[in-house]
Amino acid sequence: MSKPSTLRQSSGPAATRVLGFGSTQGNRVVTNDDLTRYVETSDEWIQQRVGIVSRRLGEDDQTVVSMAVEAGSKAVADAGLSPADVDQVIIATCTMPGPIPNAAAQVADRIGITAPGAFDLNAACAGFCYALSTASDFIRAGSARRVLVIGAERFQEWLDWEDRANCIIFADGAGAAVVGPAETPAIGPAALGSAGDMVETIYLRENRYIYQEGQTVFRWATSEVAPVAARAVEQAGLSLSDVDALVAHQANLRIVEAVAKKLRQQGARDDLVVARDIVHSGNTSAASIPLAIDHMRSAGEINSGDVLLLVGFGAGLSYGGQVIICP
Amino acid sequence: MANEEITSGLASIVEEVAGVDAEEVSVEKSFVDDLDIDSLSMVEIAVQAEDKFGVKIPDDELANLKTVGDAVDYIVKNA
Repeated sequence: MSKPSTLRQSSGPAATRVLGFGSTQGNRVVTNDDLTRYVETSDEWIQQRVGIVSRRLGEDDQTVVSMAVEAGSKAVADAGLSPADVDQVIIATCTMPGPIPNAAAQVADRIGITAPGAFDLNAACAGFCYALSTASDFIRAGSARRVLVIGAERFQEWLDWEDRANCIIFADGAGAAVVGPAETPAIGPAALGSAGDMVETIYLRENRYIYQEGQTVFRWATSEVAPVAARAVEQAGLSLSDVDALVAHQANLRIVEAVAKKLRQQGARDDLVVARDIVHSGNTSAASIPLAIDHMRSAGEINSGDVLLLVGFGAGLSYGGQVIICP
Repeated sequence: MANEEITSGLASIVEEVAGVDAEEVSVEKSFVDDLDIDSLSMVEIAVQAEDKFGVKIPDDELANLKTVGDAVDYIVKNA
C-alpha cells in the first residue's frame, strides 16, 4: 500500500464581517476622588495626565470568565444568533489568575456553546485586534463558521495601590464580537507588528503588579501607532478620508488624541469620530476596543455601515489594527 | 540653522502641543515653571522637534532640558 501523497484542504467564504457586539463592565464606579482615599493623587492630575474621570472596577464575583460570559452572550444575541450557531471561541486576555485553565472553554460552556474550538490569546492591550483577525482568517480558511471573539480583563488584582502612576489607569470589563461569513468583505486585512526590544517598558513587577514606563510608552505610542493605523487603512484599499471613526485602544486619552491628530494631518477628516471611552471606563486592555464600540453604537455616535479603524497596542510590545464595517 | 530660527520653530511646536502663545516662548523661560508644560507634553514637543530639526532627543536628555534655551542649545549641538 502506498502512503497518501496529499491531504484535502479546507476553504471558506471569501469575506467576513462582524455580526454583533456586546459588552459589560465592573459594577463599581470609582471616581478620581474615590482614589484619593487609597493613593496620593488628585482629580485634576489624573484628568490632565490620562483623561480618566472615573473607571469601573468589578465586584468580587465579576471575574474575567463571568464578564466574558456576559459580554459574549450579549454579542451572540446582538448578532441574531443562538449559542449553537457558534463553533469557535477566542478570548483575548492577559489577566486570568493563572496560565491554566484557559478562559475560553469554560466561557463557551457557560454561554451554552457545545464543544467549540476554544483558546485564549495574549497580545495584551492589542489582543482584541489579533483575535478579530484570527477569527476572520479561521473562517476564510474554512476552519470555523462563526467565531465569538471576546476581550476580557480584570485588572484590579494586578494593581499596586502605592504606585500612583499606574493604579489610576486600569479597570475591569469585557467586550465581544461575533464574526461570520459575509457577501462582501467587512473586516480588512490586519496590520500587525511588535517591538520586542521594548519588552521591559510594560511588565508585571514582582510578577504581580502591572507596571509601565509611562513616558517611554507614551513617546512610542504617540509616534508609532498612527502609522500602523494608516497601514491598516491602506491594506483595506481605502483612504484615511474614508474612515468614519477611530477606535484606538483606550490607553490614555492623550495618546488617543495624538493619534487622531496625526491621522488628520495625513488625510483623516475633521469630523472623524474619535472613541474617548476611557473617560468613564478607564483602560481595560484587550476589552477596551469592543467596549468602546458597543458604547458608541448604543449612544448613536456610530451607525451601521460606518467605516471603523481599530488599532491596539500594549505589552510585548505587540500592536495591530484593522478596518471593519460597523454592523 | 540660526538660533533664532530654532527658537521660533520650537515656539510654534510648543504653541501647537501645549496651547502656549508662541510669543511667550523665549530662551530664558522654564518649560515647567514658566510655561506650565507637563512631562507628557514635553515628550510630544520632543517628538515633533526631532522631526523638524533632525535630532534625537532621548528621554534622559529630555529631562535635562529645563529652559527653552537649553533645548535650543541641545538642538544646535546635535542637529
